[in-house]
Amino acid sequence: MAQNDRTAFVMRDRGWHPPAYAPAYKTSVARSPQQALMSLQTPTASELTGPDFDHFALGPVDNDLLLNFRPGTDRDGLPIGERIIVYGRVVDQYNKPVAGTLVEIWQANAGGRYRHKKDAYMAPLDPNFGGVGRTVTDADGWYRFRTIRPGPYPWPNDVNSWRPAHIHVSVMGPSISTRLITQLYFEGDPLIPMCPIVNTLDDPEAVDTLVARLDKAGSRPMDSLAYRFDIVTRGALQTYFENQG
Amino acid sequence: MTQPTKNGQLLYPESPSQTAGPYVHIGLALEVAGLPPRDFEIGPEIATAEAAGEAIEIVGTVIDGNGDVVDDILVEAWQADAEGIYQTDYRADRAFRGFGRTAPGEHDDGQWWLHTIKPGRVAHPSSAPMAPHINLMLFARGINIHLNTRVYFDDEAEANAACPFLARVPAGRRDTLIATREHGGDTPRYRVAIHLQGPRETVFFDF
Repeated sequence: MAQNDRTAFVMRDRGWHPPAYAPAYKTSVARSPQQALMSLQTPTASELTGPDFDHFALGPVDNDLLLNFRPGTDRDGLPIGERIIVYGRVVDQYNKPVAGTLVEIWQANAGGRYRHKKDAYMAPLDPNFGGVGRTVTDADGWYRFRTIRPGPYPWPNDVNSWRPAHIHVSVMGPSISTRLITQLYFEGDPLIPMCPIVNTLDDPEAVDTLVARLDKAGSRPMDSLAYRFDIVTRGALQTYFENQG
Repeated sequence: MTQPTKNGQLLYPESPSQTAGPYVHIGLALEVAGLPPRDFEIGPEIATAEAAGEAIEIVGTVIDGNGDVVDDILVEAWQADAEGIYQTDYRADRAFRGFGRTAPGEHDDGQWWLHTIKPGRVAHPSSAPMAPHINLMLFARGINIHLNTRVYFDDEAEANAACPFLARVPAGRRDTLIATREHGGDTPRYRVAIHLQGPRETVFFDF
């Protein structure tokens, strides 16, 4: 699919996405361009192609965060926290499934601590939890992870800023034009409307699309709850009337 | 869940972007985070020594509006092979992968590396072929939606001058896209400085 550079993509609605400069999220102040983006009127193969991960060799538990961080026998065990399934479908703006695309996630543990050298939050690491997963969507665009629900954590933005519970989600889509990194939030979390990163989005409907829904039908009784999170990548269409005058 | 958009288009809205945040490495650059790598990681090796073409290194830094180095940047690169063809079937066992990721480690002073080959010239749909270039995407804390840019090469002056893509970039800003070849060392090395903001601001693209 990514081979086809005769595809065009629906233009990105940059009023729906967050702006580069969103001063309530302080780090964006010095990290946002001041010049306008240069719009390509004629996208080329450089933008219209991208890596296709249909043949990328994944490990058997790459999408299972309950099992994929067990480095030593002395630490065997399961992570502490709410066992959840996070699943959904990657579709494009025309609701066509995006098959064979790489979906990657990363997250804090149940206490809001990341397994990252630079995270010094006092909540402890979980010896059985790494917090990273990846998978490739199936022929109908479905993906699935098993993990624990992450905890909120504090961060030095305002004097008392806390991130809502969230999972970072990365999806490639069929080209680098569709490349997207976003964050999944959880239905009902009262921290969502207080968060300066969430609020980089102007439109409450845009926020709503990033809120995963509790899905009891998708849960496993006596085992795991499920959250459904669908991802929409830019719509792909053929270039029917190029170079006609 | 998907909902039809109210933005004048009978389409589902794209999922909105959010920053990759300070800990992007645990997901996309495990070694930098201090996590054990999986059997295969998408890393800074876009091409191995066996790949056809001229082996090169790209070394870069990203600088913010205060002049400080952005040491938590994650850079993704997408490029054509030596013939100017995008090899889209990504396989770990290939000599040329076309796609890579890089991020500065703890002791790299914010510098990141890519190991690759110099790309060939890629066709432009309405004009002469473009000069060799590598497409970059930048993700970091404070970057709400990733930034797209390109790296061109200063020793391709003739191709750069004829590049229909570069020709559309304002002349005074064109050099923000051009990497400088450094002499010495076995492998040709090109240095890139990406300024997110300010007087030397790099050109970023919307496409």
